[in-house]
Amino acid sequence: MLLIECPWCGGRDETEFGYGGQAHLSYPDDPHELSDERWAEYLFMRDNPRGPFAERWVHSAGCRRWFNVLRDTATNEITASYPIDAREPVAR
Amino acid sequence: MAVDVTQLRRSPLGHRYRELEELSALAPQATLAEEPPCTQLNLRVRPGSPPLDRVERALGVALPSRPNTVCESVDGRYATLWLGPDEWLVVAPDGTAEPVCNALNTALNTALDGGPGSVVDVSANRAVLRLSGPAARDVLETGCSVDLHPRAFGPGDCVQTMLARAQVVLWQRDDLPAYWILVRSSFADYLTDWLCAAVRAQTRGR
Ligand SMILES: [Zn+2]
Repeated sequence: MLLIECPWCGGRDETEFGYGGQAHLSYPDDPHELSDERWAEYLFMRDNPRGPFAERWVHSAGCRRWFNVLRDTATNEITASYPIDAREPVAR
Repeated sequence: MAVDVTQLRRSPLGHRYRELEELSALAPQATLAEEPPCTQLNLRVRPGSPPLDRVERALGVALPSRPNTVCESVDGRYATLWLGPDEWLVVAPDGTAEPVCNALNTALNTALDGGPGSVVDVSANRAVLRLSGPAARDVLETGCSVDLHPRAFGPGDCVQTMLARAQVVLWQRDDLPAYWILVRSSFADYLTDWLCAAVRAQTRGR
């Protein structure tokens, strides 16, 4: 069980949260401009690093807010948790 | 003809009144009862905005900005529970949903200037259980992973979390300790079953 730090509520059990995949993906400025290939890439293709990964979580059983987490995919160590509109912390 | 809906109203746990009373007589260290109905409003307004000030003035209670805390009016009739950075649960006396909703809507609309905000009557959404007594915390700790020790959680604190896998709003009312457990009405029977069993287990032999 992960212990995840909600930026609002503090540390809570993983069972209180929902997972939202890779963070910091922005919607294309003009989707109609994209080729099918680029659109599919935006929709389906995600990074899959071994190591630090910025990902979205939602505190569904608590304050129901989305936020971002920096988690090491190899060790499960969480090194940062920050509001959804904040930049990814640089210090990895 | 207007129908008086308050006559049709049934409380989610009214049918278990006697059972809870009997259990509480056997286990006074942790008594369990359903609270009488109260008005509950879900309020959303942007923090630090002029509408928020007007809402606080209309209500006579501050909206807590510190997560998971509660503000209460001096007379204890109104309370505001933090649910999110721009969301609160307003608890008011039974039967006041309409006037309070109207007052809050006026406060929101006058000053919103098109900004986001809402007030919704959710009184029927959640049942309210009161668990109180010296063993109340022990009972909750068998099904809740949030730290309820006095060093971390005390009167005026509230938390949205899981209790026995059911989503609840837990609010500590006093030092006894007494807790309010707000749970979706459809989960109220299940959670009461669980709480009764936990009360029996935690107070056995005391
Ligand atoms: Zn939270």
